[in-house]
Amino acid sequence: MSTRKSLFEKVWERHVVVPETAETPAVLYVDLHLVHEVTSPQAFDVLRSRGLKVRRLDRTLATMDHSTPTDTAQVFGGLPIRLESAAKQVHQLEMNCAEFGVNLLGLRDDRRGIVHVIGPELGATQPGKTIVCGDSHTSTHGAFGALAFGIGTTEVGYVLATQCLLQRQPKSLAIDVAGRLPAGVTAKDLVLAIIGRIGVNGGTGHVIEYRGPAIEALSMDERMTVCNMSIEAGARAGMIAPDATTFDYLQGRPYAPQGDAWEAAVADWATLRSDDGATYDERVAIDTGALEPMITFGTNPGMVTNIGGVVPDRPGDTVFARSLAYMGLQPGDRLVDKSVQVVFIGSCTNGRLSDLEAAAGVLRGRKVARGVRVLVVPGSQQVKRQAEERGLAQVFLDAGAEWRESGCSMCLGMNGDLVDAGQYCVSTSNRNFEGRQGIGARTLLASPAAAAAAAIRGHVTDPREFLG
Amino acid sequence: MEPITVIRSRTVVMPSTNIDTDQIIPARFLTTTVRDGLGVSLFADWRYDETGQPRADFVLNQPQSRGCQILVAGRNIGCGSSREHAPWALLDYGFRAVISTGIADIFRNNSLKNGLLPVVVDEATHAWLVAHPGVEVAIDLPAASLRLPDGREARFPIDAFARYCLMNGIDELGYLLNQLPAIERHEQSRGVR
Repeated sequence: MSTRKSLFEKVWERHVVVPETAETPAVLYVDLHLVHEVTSPQAFDVLRSRGLKVRRLDRTLATMDHSTPTDTAQVFGGLPIRLESAAKQVHQLEMNCAEFGVNLLGLRDDRRGIVHVIGPELGATQPGKTIVCGDSHTSTHGAFGALAFGIGTTEVGYVLATQCLLQRQPKSLAIDVAGRLPAGVTAKDLVLAIIGRIGVNGGTGHVIEYRGPAIEALSMDERMTVCNMSIEAGARAGMIAPDATTFDYLQGRPYAPQGDAWEAAVADWATLRSDDGATYDERVAIDTGALEPMITFGTNPGMVTNIGGVVPDRPGDTVFARSLAYMGLQPGDRLVDKSVQVVFIGSCTNGRLSDLEAAAGVLRGRKVARGVRVLVVPGSQQVKRQAEERGLAQVFLDAGAEWRESGCSMCLGMNGDLVDAGQYCVSTSNRNFEGRQGIGARTLLASPAAAAAAAIRGHVTDPREFLG
Repeated sequence: MEPITVIRSRTVVMPSTNIDTDQIIPARFLTTTVRDGLGVSLFADWRYDETGQPRADFVLNQPQSRGCQILVAGRNIGCGSSREHAPWALLDYGFRAVISTGIADIFRNNSLKNGLLPVVVDEATHAWLVAHPGVEVAIDLPAASLRLPDGREARFPIDAFARYCLMNGIDELGYLLNQLPAIERHEQSRGVR
């Protein structure tokens, strides 16, 4: 057996409790289980009905993000949560966490936020960990060299009860990204281009390792954007080898190791790199030289093109035609001509401080176009505070945007933050599925800079027009 | 869960590729705190118009779809969100199996956990099924085989352990709980406190 191992193999092997056989999957240990209000109620019910406890409270962290209001009056002002079913779900999580003793960063906790934003920001997300959550964007945490993936509610129950999952070892896919990102091209553009290249099922059954100089040059926020959207290529997870950028990000964070334990942890984490000669089931090479800002035009994230491009044609493809009909677009349409009614800046993909800085950089001193609603929703309460301290919130407000409390918000509209039928929304989120942001809503996925540029002009705009 | 051996039913065909879980069950129905009752909201935005009336052109609203337990869908069904509400909604509606040329990982996993059988078949078999909507087929779980009306059989892959659980109507939690001594040893050996 080869001793040259990939990052994924190293992390996988550390967590195998019982190896897989022909008859049975591996028992895989979970280091960190993140819990939220939408995918956990039925799992707590299973514990209750079987008389089970949460086995490792110290490895379980709960917060609420999907159905929570972003309206300050409903979060802090004593107004009731407007959506009754959402209020009930929030309350259910509070009761479940109290009953089982789970640490909950609740609605008014200043550490609350989107689960995939707060895990890293608290330092709970660390290299080499296995991290699961009842949410597909758990792949975000792979940016730290963790093996992190989304699970369903039944498996949430399994992890609560046993701290383990039954898993077959996934295959591996290396995505080698050479060169550097050109000026004005962001991590969001890179990952959209990757999905456009390999397709929305290109990663199915695989764990992606993003590697190469262009990846190493990314900040942690940018790496999280890339790994976040691994699931949009169908991948089980996305990973990036930890390095000095990772360690610098984590040092001093509340849940990160301290003192001697920090030194020991870094020494260990530094070994979590794919060995020279490690093999992968698949390999894809991406050249960054020709990359441009990207935008989606259809109803899955693989339907994407250069922001200066036109809607392509696929004669005879009825699914493609149906998608364009939903979007109100025709083959040959220039995307930059499309007027937009809504701009959403936020989500676990692009709701971190540097994303807000990028958007504010474009919006500073400018005004949102008439008739455009701009919703800026920080990824966490900590991001919100930092953005306010740095004057970003004021930039958004001065431009005419709405500045909200943190949460998933308009990425999926569970909390009532919705795009109306027929409206176009340039969104920094991760999914442009039919109805994702509201019944009949038309989502155009793009980077924070592109979203801000669209807000100013009132139509899709190449953000490089606002560079420097 | 009901034990599964053979599922014999006519098919409903939805040939679209990349049917994501947001289509199967839109996010506004996810504020539920129970598993039941989602069938009425299955494919809600394709199935009902703005006034809540069934759309006559949507396959599930057509009389021949009534009582069908097998959904034939295009490649990569179940992509997107990990919401287990998707298999819950399909099961609550009355489906017991989904056939495609490719099924997204999390959705397939969630389906197995709930007794919704994910069946991945070759392109030729799938093309035949798409071209013959409403035919009665039999999915034989013990044999891991799909039988077409003309007697042809298509084998489909299924994990041995998942098949055992489905055939016996049991979930995996009991098995995992039996691993607790090994889990404790693992924690001690890794020094994970």
